[in-house]
Amino acid sequence: MNSPRPFLLLLIALLVFCFGLAAHLEPQFQAWPGSRAKGDIIAVVLGDSRRLFANTFYVKADEYYHSGYYPTMFDDNAAFQTTHMAADTGAVSSKNHGDEHGFLGPRRNWIDAFGRNFFPDRHTHLDSGGADDLSGSDEVREILPWLKLSADLDPDNVQTYTVTAFWLRERMNNAAEADTILHEGLRNCPESYDILFELGRLYNESYHDRDRARNVWELGVRKWQKLDPEVKKENRIVMEQLCIHLAKLEEDAGNLPRAIEWLQQAQEVSLMGPVIQQQIDRLRGKLGEEFNPLMKPLY
Amino acid sequence: MKNIFAVAGVVIKELYRRKDFYVLFIVTILICLMMASVNIFNDAKIVRYLKEICLLLVWISSIVIAVTTTARQIPAERENRTLLPLLAKPLTRAQLIAGKFLGCWLACGLALLCFYIFFGALAASREHQWPLLNYFQAAMLHWFMLGIVVALTLLGSLVFAAPSSNSTICFIVVGGILFVGRHLDQVALTLLEPTRTIVYSIYFAIPHLELFDVRDLVIHNWPLIPWLYFSLALLYALGYMAVFLAGACLVFRRKAVN
Repeated sequence: MNSPRPFLLLLIALLVFCFGLAAHLEPQFQAWPGSRAKGDIIAVVLGDSRRLFANTFYVKADEYYHSGYYPTMFDDNAAFQTTHMAADTGAVSSKNHGDEHGFLGPRRNWIDAFGRNFFPDRHTHLDSGGADDLSGSDEVREILPWLKLSADLDPDNVQTYTVTAFWLRERMNNAAEADTILHEGLRNCPESYDILFELGRLYNESYHDRDRARNVWELGVRKWQKLDPEVKKENRIVMEQLCIHLAKLEEDAGNLPRAIEWLQQAQEVSLMGPVIQQQIDRLRGKLGEEFNPLMKPLY
Repeated sequence: MKNIFAVAGVVIKELYRRKDFYVLFIVTILICLMMASVNIFNDAKIVRYLKEICLLLVWISSIVIAVTTTARQIPAERENRTLLPLLAKPLTRAQLIAGKFLGCWLACGLALLCFYIFFGALAASREHQWPLLNYFQAAMLHWFMLGIVVALTLLGSLVFAAPSSNSTICFIVVGGILFVGRHLDQVALTLLEPTRTIVYSIYFAIPHLELFDVRDLVIHNWPLIPWLYFSLALLYALGYMAVFLAGACLVFRRKAVN
């Protein structure tokens, strides 16, 4: 009978060889830029296709915002080009047109007419009562799981962070979570002026920390100014909002000349020039009163 | 009726002896509990995503149970050579079909009952309310939809050679109706003649299973469906069940059983 000793030694030798090879290759594999093991499991499994899913879940959140009343690919979705949950944050320019209440159109036949009793057929928003018109505005929390999933799948989509943070702060009174998601967004998209704008709103409105709000908004303006002229044109609404908020901040702080400067910058990018001019005039009047108190009429 | 119930009883016993239902039920529970354990911004009141996932799994599971259970009924009797002795007893072919249908439909109903009780418990654990009438409407419509699927599959099991091909075709048909059935008339308008007329005819001929899918109403807490329309939907389902069962009886009457 053969002794098992040579086989045992061979096995040990193979194990040692395997261990040594693995120890030799591991650092090289970690340093290899094409390694997929570094990313999260979703990125490894789905690759770039996860962005497609991310958009689907983002739209799903808007569907929840409407309590299920949402156009399919067969319906007229002109009134849903920009998600309403994003448009309602005030920081996104809406491309919607058409009738959002009647995308189903007139009843086509008896099956269609009968079928409308079995799915949501009325336009509602979760933050204003929802499907039964009785729910509180905090019901908007129901859109959050889909937004979180969308952010996990596509970390480069800025709008997901700003929309999530807006609703967390505005309706859920959950400033801490809004802060966390915005900082996560900033880590993933450090050049985003949208996230900085939303972060400034959080500091100003929730934490009442004007100095930090001013800092992040001014940083947002600087980042916006670095953009290409074409990209600037498409993103004017954020710049307008940044400048208007900074102007308000300076006005509240009593720094009227600086407030006027911000309004003038807002005027350059805004489509509401005359309205902003009225504000500038008001501030100039206020400034005149402040520096020339003796020029007030005596009677 | 006694004969029909006897056959139906055997089918129900078969369902709870097989592992299909238990596996699907446990998988549904596990997935739902796993999803419920996910922390979303430290808010424990978020529930609708959970209701959606649970109902989706219930729908998939119930359709799988309905189709796979029904598709093997008559082919299995033929393979095991029990069909001939069964028909030798005072049992007509129509009674056999009715018994098989009733058994499968009731078995699906029992499975649905378990699923909806779990769904209700899951939703109540977060929402702290139990809209029983809404759940009743959703479950009943779901059950009647499964009745159409069972009748369709039973007819398919007499037309197609093997249970596997029948199941596959039934899954495709049911899935197709659920996804595009409601929009088939709009699709028809974009086509040229004679395809347009054919698609339009299909739109009016098919059973509109999507009518019974009221998940969105349950998930988003919409008010109850008017009872008149609810009853009409059940009648609509009964009509299609009768049509498919009549078709199955006609096919089975001319079919060799040996």
